[in-house]
Amino acid sequence: MTREQIRKTEGFIALTLSTLAAFLGLFWLVFILGDVLVHGIKALKLSLFLNDPAPPGVEGGGLRNAFVGQLLITLCATLIGVPVGVLGGTFLAEYARGRKIARLISVLADIMVSVPSIVIGTFIYAVLVRPIGHFNGWAGAVALAIIMIPVVLRTTEDMLSLVPWTLREAAFALGAPYYKVITQVVYRGAATGILTGILLSIARVAGETAPLLFTSFNNSFFSLDMKQPVASLTVTIFQYAMGPYDNWHAQAWAAAFVITVFILLLTITGRLIIRWRYK
Amino acid sequence: MPGKIELEVKGLDFYYAGDIHALKKINLTVYKNTVTSLIGPSGCGKTTLLRCFNRMHDLYPGNRYQGEIIFQGNNILSIGTDLIDLRSRVGMVFQKPTPFPMSIFDNIAYGLKLKGVRKRADLSERVEKALLHSALWDEVKDKLNASAYALSGGQQQRLVIARALAVNPEVLLFDEPTSALDPISTAKIEELAAVLKKEVTIVIVTHNMQQAARISDWTGFLMLGELIEFDKTDRIFTAPSEKLTEDYVTGRFG
Repeated sequence: MTREQIRKTEGFIALTLSTLAAFLGLFWLVFILGDVLVHGIKALKLSLFLNDPAPPGVEGGGLRNAFVGQLLITLCATLIGVPVGVLGGTFLAEYARGRKIARLISVLADIMVSVPSIVIGTFIYAVLVRPIGHFNGWAGAVALAIIMIPVVLRTTEDMLSLVPWTLREAAFALGAPYYKVITQVVYRGAATGILTGILLSIARVAGETAPLLFTSFNNSFFSLDMKQPVASLTVTIFQYAMGPYDNWHAQAWAAAFVITVFILLLTITGRLIIRWRYK
Repeated sequence: MPGKIELEVKGLDFYYAGDIHALKKINLTVYKNTVTSLIGPSGCGKTTLLRCFNRMHDLYPGNRYQGEIIFQGNNILSIGTDLIDLRSRVGMVFQKPTPFPMSIFDNIAYGLKLKGVRKRADLSERVEKALLHSALWDEVKDKLNASAYALSGGQQQRLVIARALAVNPEVLLFDEPTSALDPISTAKIEELAAVLKKEVTIVIVTHNMQQAARISDWTGFLMLGELIEFDKTDRIFTAPSEKLTEDYVTGRFG
């Protein structure tokens, strides 16, 4: 073979291997999504959203408690996680910029992002469930918030660092104090990026099961009391999928479908904001 | 005869973090209602000097001043100086236009709001005045709520000048304000400087010697952190007393 032929063969092999790898990944993704879609839509009924669970074996129950509980826990987690994350990111990018402490916290946050979520679940179990004596909604919200914080913090830090320094100098040059420079000028410049980060972090925690299993656990009844166990879609899916009844399986599929669509929509919104911003 | 003194620099030394001696024993006087330009080769310290006048260097840790800059009887380099007050009286326009990510109106209202102007009517009036001042009003009066980023580079620079003017500063610092602009926009800004000096004192850093010659009354020539010569602009360009100045303005180096 000539040199050129060898190069072409090598190129062909590399291309084939990487294409195969891409399709292998894509195959499972489409398989999972397709399966959720097919089974989920079949089981999707209006009563699912309106009724609370029926006793085992009785037809017609729904998952209203889990839908509402999921929203409640996610909302509380967002209310705790976003302010801490955004303010922390602001500290890193503005007040502690260039200091060792900023670098350290940044690296720790990166490590936190990849800590298995069940570790955070068991930690919260020890801190907020054991001492209280029973599972409760707040513990679940705090566990999710702790997963959110490093994601929001790092996104905020990155987005604030992208705002050019000259913009800050221009605001300082008008006689603005630092906190006004940050809140009125820098945040505006980074708003879409930070918002995207928040949406993606919500999408990230909305699909978590492990941290909720040890904290908010589950509740077969409709409850808005965060001091008591609160139902969530992910834990319900886990329990129903493990259960012996066919209608539980169907409802687990439907719940999986709904939460997947919810997360997909959040992610798409996040991406759209990014695209709209850079247009 | 020179008029009233606006800024007086006395024996100023400036060190960047790490003890880099960027300005050496600078003495210079800026007169009220004149345009003073600072020229010199890259890295000579002209922008460093300009940024001393509104204490911009304080934003970065480790920078150090020595000596005095007297502004209306007070040494602005003293520890007790209220930087927020100083910067609202000594405005600055940067090399690249720096509009804020908000509407044209809000950009100019920003400084006014910082100064406590709250009433919509007052804001509108002063925004219009500032835009008229910077010769931008006719181009933007129908789109005050549009994003400032929608303007061209030259318009953005005049917007930034309007923003600085809106708070009625006594001194306006220009840091190479036209180096990112086309010739027509540059001409507009230069005309503006000639008009504005009736109300504010202007200090301008420029790489463009023709620009310094065209618009300024006084010129300072800096090299390697030292002020080589400071005199009336026509003397600097026609009969400088220093050999270095002559070599620089005639283009023999730099």
